[in-house]
Amino acid sequence: MARALSPAGTGTIPSAGGRARRTGSGRPPGSRLITPYLFLLPFFVVYGIFLLFPVYSGLRLSFYELVGISEAQFVGFAQYRQLFEDERYLRALLNTTIYALTSVFVLSPLALLVALAVRSFIVPSANLQSFYRIAFFLPNITSFVVIALMFGLVLDTDYGLLNAGLTAIGLEGHNWLRDESLALPAMIGVGIWTYLGINSLYFLAGLQNIPDELTEAAYLDGASRQQAFWHVTLPLLRPTILFVMVQATIFSYQIFEIPFLLTGGGPSDATLTLAIYLYEVGFRQFDQGYAATIGYSLAVISILLAGIQLVLFRTFQND
Amino acid sequence: MVGIGRGGRVARVGGNAWLLLGVFLTVMPFVYMVVASFKPGNDLFSIPFRFWPENLYLGNYDLLLDETNFVRWFGNSIFVSLSRTVIAIALSIMAGYAFAKFEFPLKRALFFLVIGTLTLPLYVILVPLFGMMVDREWTDTYLALILPFTAQAIGVFLARQQLLAIPNELLEAARIDGAGEWSIFTRIVLPLAQPAIAVMGIIFFTASWNDYLWPLIVVLSDEKFTVSLGLATLIGPYSQEYGAVMAGSFMGTLPIVLIFLLFQRRFIEGIMAGALKG
Repeated sequence: MARALSPAGTGTIPSAGGRARRTGSGRPPGSRLITPYLFLLPFFVVYGIFLLFPVYSGLRLSFYELVGISEAQFVGFAQYRQLFEDERYLRALLNTTIYALTSVFVLSPLALLVALAVRSFIVPSANLQSFYRIAFFLPNITSFVVIALMFGLVLDTDYGLLNAGLTAIGLEGHNWLRDESLALPAMIGVGIWTYLGINSLYFLAGLQNIPDELTEAAYLDGASRQQAFWHVTLPLLRPTILFVMVQATIFSYQIFEIPFLLTGGGPSDATLTLAIYLYEVGFRQFDQGYAATIGYSLAVISILLAGIQLVLFRTFQND
Repeated sequence: MVGIGRGGRVARVGGNAWLLLGVFLTVMPFVYMVVASFKPGNDLFSIPFRFWPENLYLGNYDLLLDETNFVRWFGNSIFVSLSRTVIAIALSIMAGYAFAKFEFPLKRALFFLVIGTLTLPLYVILVPLFGMMVDREWTDTYLALILPFTAQAIGVFLARQQLLAIPNELLEAARIDGAGEWSIFTRIVLPLAQPAIAVMGIIFFTASWNDYLWPLIVVLSDEKFTVSLGLATLIGPYSQEYGAVMAGSFMGTLPIVLIFLLFQRRFIEGIMAGALKG
């Protein structure tokens, strides 16, 4: 495909002067003008058709009312305003926000604890370290469908593993998936189970970038373990903490498969998420315009959250 | 360095106890999945609860392999995931090479156009993309399962990072020796891109194998189901074959677990890079 661009062809492009000026360590000459574009072409054709164009047409669609195969009607921002009055949308937003908050304030600290423990003197041997790594990582390579199916059996009220375990140690079993007040906490539990490993690995990677000399220097200066952690390790871990929290929040707002398959968003919308609601509106009620609006609201939420967290951390850094 | 005194030993035992409890909670659902796949249905739903099966029951596997289209789904998953992976790697490496080793007008703008979508949720394009499939009568085809997700921004990013390390002198020397651009790409660039290719292979294959939402939307007939989609359909108002579903979940997870155990370091590297993208 790029055969025609062999050096025989390059001579025709007036760059001889440029060639002479070029030093040995210089960049490739600008003479092979269309070569890079040819290498980019296959990617950008697919990217343009299946990503950039839908991004544009989704935005357009969010300004049109289009249900089923009816004629599309321009409605401006009406569907965006509708979001703020739509009780189901607001419920989904609330549920996913609760989910996101627990990812930031429960999951992330828990993952940091696991990483700190695995990296500290508690786990001295490399073999034990990699055992923990593999074990905690397993949920991350398992598909959400399999996770949901497994937990369907684990959380079952009468025949489930969890209730059997709870009864065995003298506690009471619960109707995890059908009790309105328990269904969301159950989803959050499955979420923590799923994401604890990968987030611990992020923290482990972050901790590995902090030279041991720094904490050792703090110890020599008479700092306790706690002091060394709060004043040396944690500040240096800031970029990782930011990354983990942004990831956790953005993923939280996009959660779909596990509640979709375990509860279908119920009971009474107790586990309805934005993505499940989008699926219902777009692919069961065939309200394409409104579904596109919900989709864009998700993008806005993701971008806003990433921005807010970035600004927050900048401020802390300047303290 | 703070020595490990008596308090340290207590902390070590206590810390490991907590970590092991975590491992136990993490691994138990998997163990139960495998155990349940060897239990007959009435054993699964018995009171009082029994963890281990009375004896090794293979009926679930018979049911899954004979009565459902599982083997077909498995084949579909392999075909779709491999195709997606190979195409996505090819597109990524070519584009990443252009961004890493050439100077050209609009380079920065084009690169921003790629990187800018990294955090964009899939849900933004879900409805219009499906509309496009309907318009072109692509629904329920392998093409629809494979092609739309082969332009991966994260792949371009990873390939570019890797290829930046290739010295320009090496490419220049080949050009002076009269090598064509395409043969420079296949003979010099591709071999040097091996690590990025491995990481991409793992990310793309795993993502495709585990994908549920897109097949759910775009595929209608049982023969085109992937493993993830097929398994989810086995549990519903008309079917409660949990034993068979667990057998299928077990077999459907095995390929990824095998890849994971074989290429553990690359895999973790890959998933951590891939997590940049949803």
